[in-house]
Amino acid sequence: MEELILSARGLNLYYGENHALKDISIDIPERRITALIGPSGCGKSTFLRTINRMNDLIPNVKITGSLTYRGQEIYAPEQDVTDLRKRIGMVFQKPNPFPMSIYDNVAYGPRTHGTRNKVKLDEIVEESLRGAAIWDEVKDRLKKSALGLSGGQQQRLCIARALAVKPDVLLMDEATSALDPISTAKIEDLAAELKNDYTIIMVTHNMQQAARISDNTAFFLLGELVEFGETEQMFSMPQDKRTEDYITGRFG
Amino acid sequence: MRNTFHEQLEQLNIELIKMGALCEQAISAATKALLEGDLALGRQACELEQEIDQRERDIESQCMKLLLRQQPVAGDLRRVSAALRMISDMERIGDQASDIAEIARDVEDSRLCSAVPMADMARAAIAMVTDSVDAFVQGDLELARTVLREDDEVDDLFLRVREELISLISAGENGSVCLDLLMVAKYFERIGDHAVNIAEWVEYSLTGHHKGGK
Repeated sequence: MEELILSARGLNLYYGENHALKDISIDIPERRITALIGPSGCGKSTFLRTINRMNDLIPNVKITGSLTYRGQEIYAPEQDVTDLRKRIGMVFQKPNPFPMSIYDNVAYGPRTHGTRNKVKLDEIVEESLRGAAIWDEVKDRLKKSALGLSGGQQQRLCIARALAVKPDVLLMDEATSALDPISTAKIEDLAAELKNDYTIIMVTHNMQQAARISDNTAFFLLGELVEFGETEQMFSMPQDKRTEDYITGRFG
Repeated sequence: MRNTFHEQLEQLNIELIKMGALCEQAISAATKALLEGDLALGRQACELEQEIDQRERDIESQCMKLLLRQQPVAGDLRRVSAALRMISDMERIGDQASDIAEIARDVEDSRLCSAVPMADMARAAIAMVTDSVDAFVQGDLELARTVLREDDEVDDLFLRVREELISLISAGENGSVCLDLLMVAKYFERIGDHAVNIAEWVEYSLTGHHKGGK
């Protein structure tokens, strides 16, 4: 039986008057890749950002309903947001390495969380870079600026930076949309490896990518979760006509 | 790169080899049932045919999954497309082996089988099936073309069996058995044709061209 890691029940999100997420209920299994798809403005990125409270920064946001991570309410007043974001890491569309060395990029999170020991940090940096399948490419230039890396390498560095704080869940917001096909394939291979240890939730505009690498797919439309299920089932026999119309390119 | 995809393509090869091996076993069991009058082997051929049908559905679903999830292009696309066509031919080979086994059940006089080169036909047909599937798995165009030559041999054998059966009927042998044997020979000849189809799919998969196409 699959363990659930995140559950939403009747989750609503409003940006002021705009009802951006409508009554979302979903159970996301652990150590699987879950893809969120849907046309622009459908709520998929909003939902992703709700998971590690990135929407807290936006004014006039109102959230109702329940969203739990390992049984704990993510929006409970006592929730420590820094701790939550340590457990639920995020990789963005555009690679965003800090303007510092490759080593310092990866060591940034652990240092912030109090790790000062050099040997320990070296270990974490190597382990994280290996985990993100970029160690061999950067091991001889760890002290060089991260900004000198290619886009694909920068994105894998950002994944390494996310892994360095030993998260439980990795959120990927269109993490390959700014990359060429070769870098994309590397990240996809990497995601397939990472799901042995992490739960990955990814927003993608690329339906082929969702079909290639995800185990489960959620289709959002106009703020609603239209359909959620096994990727193969969803792409071969969707249950809802709106899903079929979208994935076959009839609208969106 | 694209590790999962390449593992799945490799798995497809393994399944095709297994299906090919089942076809060979089915033809072999049906032939022995005919030549040795072994009813148990005849039943085995019919059971193998059902297993082959199941394999066809399994591999078809595997190919659909590959198309759906991996969106193969170029040589990979031709490969999956060829595999989908090949399994239909293999399924028909299984049917024909089972048909041979059914006729074997009714042939009371297996002595007449030995009077014609039926065993040679069976051997040649099995070799064609083996070679055509191997050609796909190994991507061996030369081996695929060998299958086309082997087909000439099976066709020649069919004509020989036919002529010898006509002679046997003229000599007053049991006409009903002779006609059954002619049917069996035709099934072997059809098995050869399916192996040729498989070889032609191999050629398409490797070169992008259909035999005789432009």
